[in-house]
Amino acid sequence: MSDNPYLPHPVRIEQITIETEDKNLRTFKLVFLNKADEEKFTFIPGQFCEISIAGKGEIPIGIASSPTEKGFLLFTVNKTGVVTKYIHNMQEGDIIGVRGPLGNWYPWEAMEGKNVIVIGGGFAFTTLRSSIVYMLHPDNRNRFKDIIVVYGARSPGLLLYRQELAEWEKRDDIKFHITVDATDDPDWQYNVGFVPTITEQKITTSKDSYALVCGPPIMIKFTQPVLEKVGFKPEQIIMSLEMRMKCGIGICGRCNIGDQYVCKDGPVFTLAQLNELPKEY
Amino acid sequence: MSDKIIKKEELQDFLKALKKAHEVFVPAKEKDFYRFNPLTDENKGDLNFTNTRLSPKSLLFPQSERIFEYTLDEESSDAHIVKESSKDYPSTVIIGIRPCDAKAMRLVDVNFNNPEFKDPWWVKHLESMTFIGLGCNEPCSTCFCTSVGCGPFNEEGLDVLLFDLGENFLARALTPKGEELLKQGGVDKDANSGLKKKADELKIEAENKISSHVPTDKLKEKKVDDLFNAPFWDDIAFACINCGTCTFLCPTCWCFDVQDEITKKQGDRIRNWDSCMFPLFTLHASGHNPRPEKVQRVRQRFMHKLKYYVDKYNNGVACVGCGRCVKSCPVNIDIREVFSLMNDL
Ligand SMILES: Cc1cc2nc3c(=O)[nH]c(=O)nc-3n(C[C@H](O)[C@H](O)[C@H](O)COP(=O)(O)OP(=O)(O)OC[C@H]3O[C@@H](n4cnc5c(N)ncnc54)[C@H](O)[C@@H]3O)c2cc1C
Ligand code: SF4
Ligand code: SF4
Ligand code: FES
Repeated sequence: MSDNPYLPHPVRIEQITIETEDKNLRTFKLVFLNKADEEKFTFIPGQFCEISIAGKGEIPIGIASSPTEKGFLLFTVNKTGVVTKYIHNMQEGDIIGVRGPLGNWYPWEAMEGKNVIVIGGGFAFTTLRSSIVYMLHPDNRNRFKDIIVVYGARSPGLLLYRQELAEWEKRDDIKFHITVDATDDPDWQYNVGFVPTITEQKITTSKDSYALVCGPPIMIKFTQPVLEKVGFKPEQIIMSLEMRMKCGIGICGRCNIGDQYVCKDGPVFTLAQLNELPKEY
Repeated sequence: MSDKIIKKEELQDFLKALKKAHEVFVPAKEKDFYRFNPLTDENKGDLNFTNTRLSPKSLLFPQSERIFEYTLDEESSDAHIVKESSKDYPSTVIIGIRPCDAKAMRLVDVNFNNPEFKDPWWVKHLESMTFIGLGCNEPCSTCFCTSVGCGPFNEEGLDVLLFDLGENFLARALTPKGEELLKQGGVDKDANSGLKKKADELKIEAENKISSHVPTDKLKEKKVDDLFNAPFWDDIAFACINCGTCTFLCPTCWCFDVQDEITKKQGDRIRNWDSCMFPLFTLHASGHNPRPEKVQRVRQRFMHKLKYYVDKYNNGVACVGCGRCVKSCPVNIDIREVFSLMNDL
């Protein structure tokens, strides 16, 4: 059909899952209407899509499912402005569009044979979920050494993918540290403390490791020195950025940091790369 | 490439002949300013102009353009499915475009037509067009094209270049497309060596008339951070009112927005020019804005043209020295001064 990079593929909302107790985050399971679109759509964890709603517009959202999960795509959307509010009111069966996959991905080739440290905070855990599912897949698990995850939210009710977290926490091929800033739940069986604090306790070496760090700016700010203390070099720290976007393909000129378009040259950058760019994000 | 002669009194015949097979746009006077309008019986065009106020970029990158359509009518089997709008790209000839504006299209083309993504509308508009440029005998005081890899008789991006030799135009065909067009328009008289010589002299004369010069030689080697954190941005931006005039007039500014509009149950997806001068341009839904202050936005505009573009594409600066922004800025912010400040930091 068309190779117009602005044209969304039609998809149906197959399932909507309310993720958090404040109901501000929902996961949308989307299924392609056209088999041909589905077959052509191949992505790598870390990439995103423009979710397209006729009459409302488009928003960039990270792909939360893994390429190893076939037949659907998952997107977890935080309710904030016009389009995100609208999609939160949509129903299973509704038709929307997906454009992508867009942007670059986590450096899977470089991470091969290495320990992968995943550090996430709040709702910025979507492409990290994709990455974890991907790495744990039997085809991929032995490509990586230890996988250690620190994931935190303000309270237990604000953690994404809670059922999966509980399962991952029990496995022995991944060390999964769940934490919350605070809780009054007497049965809470995981960590209590900010992500940087728990990271300091659990991540004690940078040897042969890469750290994928996604979260609110304040979390990133305090996690960075913790990682540096155990020897992480800027080349070993990987981050995914957000900027306001429109085209998602490096043409509309909206999302630049210096000479890099976050939508096309990113969203994934190493800290070393970011250190070379103007601090304007 | 061949040099032909068009007698001035035969120009209208030439245009009429072209109009049989193409849409033809000519510079036309509207109140105090010029712009490109379709050639009609009423509008015969007027080549006695310095340049159009707006750059001709809107001919292939319209200020507002419908890109997709859809229906929201639930009765319809394709409700909510976004589709391409059918569009014609009639063969179009632009007469009298200035060399700086033609070069600007080449500079912008690297953005819209790159190895990974092709912007289909830009590419098709551009393919459908033939550019007959008009060299500038009398460049104006704000022109500084010769400093930025262009010039009053620069050929880049043109299919034909016209030299105004008084009684005649010398028409230099620069591409096979241009050659073909001249043939179609009945232009077949070869220029003799005397007229050719006159054209070459005219070019040198015009280049020497350019009185405005800017330095660019050190931009590439400068460190991004040094320029970004340079002490002069507050001074440059001080008077700016963020009106966006500079970006809207500029032939090399290409930023756009995409919006959905609905009339009853029919929807259109439309792309509109946008401007990095506006605070909403970068505002996140969370309220965070990477460029909340005007000084950051002014810096973005100049850094994009004179540093980021230079580094990213290795294609010179993203400015052709047309001087529009210099002339029209309500508070006299002058990119020529910024060239010097950045280059000589
Ligand atoms: C690469 C990337 C991945 C993202 N992944 C997720 C995710 O997995 N889950 C999630 O909930 N959010 C994600 N976001 C943020 C999400 O795109 C914004 O929250 C969303 O665009 C807000 O749109 P709105 O219409 O509700 O807000 P409004 O403020 O009404 O926005 C209007 C328009 O501005 C643009 N816009 C506004 N804020 C942003 C922003 N922060 N980033 C990009 N464009 C913006 C959009 O084009 C939007 O349609 C991601 C952003 C980026 C850049
Ligand atoms: S035209 Fe002048 S005042 Fe207006 S945005 Fe541009 S620099 Fe600022
Ligand atoms: S002089 Fe101004 S308007 Fe003309 S190309 Fe340069 S920046 Fe754009
Ligand atoms: S969103 Fe258009 S350039 Fe990045």
